[in-house]
Amino acid sequence: MAPLTVAVMPIGLVFGAVAASKGLSSLEATLMSAFVFAGGSQFVAMDIWTHPASWGALAFSALLVNIRHVLMSASIGTKMPAFSGPARYAAMLLLADEIWAMAEVRAGQTRLTPAWYAGLAVPFYCVWVLTSLAGAAAGAFLGDPKAIGLDFAFPAVFTVLVIGFWKGRDTGAVLFASAAAAVLAHQFLPGVWYIAASAAAGVAATLLTARHREACA
Amino acid sequence: MTLDPNTLLAIVAMAAATVLTRIAGLLVIRFVAIGPQQKRALEAIPPAVLMAVIAPTALVTGPAETLATLATALAATRLPLLAAVAIGVFVVAVARALIGA
Repeated sequence: MAPLTVAVMPIGLVFGAVAASKGLSSLEATLMSAFVFAGGSQFVAMDIWTHPASWGALAFSALLVNIRHVLMSASIGTKMPAFSGPARYAAMLLLADEIWAMAEVRAGQTRLTPAWYAGLAVPFYCVWVLTSLAGAAAGAFLGDPKAIGLDFAFPAVFTVLVIGFWKGRDTGAVLFASAAAAVLAHQFLPGVWYIAASAAAGVAATLLTARHREACA
Repeated sequence: MTLDPNTLLAIVAMAAATVLTRIAGLLVIRFVAIGPQQKRALEAIPPAVLMAVIAPTALVTGPAETLATLATALAATRLPLLAAVAIGVFVVAVARALIGA
């Protein structure tokens, strides 16, 4: 469990620094980490951040980025007989990718207990919030992030995350379709519609490749 | 330590959307069964959304960004997250200095 908590530190620091470069105060960056607690959607939010913040667009993009949590909580929810009803919902509030993955592995080996889950999730959560604060405080002193390429930190984080989703050629079809839709929509539509266009294209691509495979089989 | 009302509203809205996705799974397993088709569609959304954020930077911003995205993707197949990100940031800084951006 400790490696997980250590691994989240640099990501929290980078988030805080990027948030500071976007003009968020340390308090705002820390509150976002404390309330949202979902790194991918927080980085996406920084990418589309405007002043004043557009809450509808930000909530919509958070919904799209975090839609995978529906599957994750449905899956881990069936492996929590030792949890009371309220404990199960409380546990879901701290469901992040890494915590979910560890809990799934644990559930495969032994009975998942609330104490074990809390021991994993609570330190992870605290470190995420605290390193966001530290990164935001330090980031305010860094100056123009573009000069040292730091503005590229989140596209780079996303690139790594996308590679992590790679499951073969079908993923390639999804990524190709979503990239094409994103670029087109980004050039011709206002605001963050390119994110919805890209999600729709990705879903269409995955359903078409599935149908194509069934037709060939 | 300022707190802009618009920013607070955005944070709360993002948090509400995220909480919804986190507890929806528990409600789903109580009331409906997710078929393989629905599962595939839901699984395609996160990489597609991440791609949406990368694509304009990677493809239409400039050669430095395109090069750095390629370098990051290649590095990500072998190296942990932070190392791959560091390589991407390094490549973009060097490429901008050499090509001019």
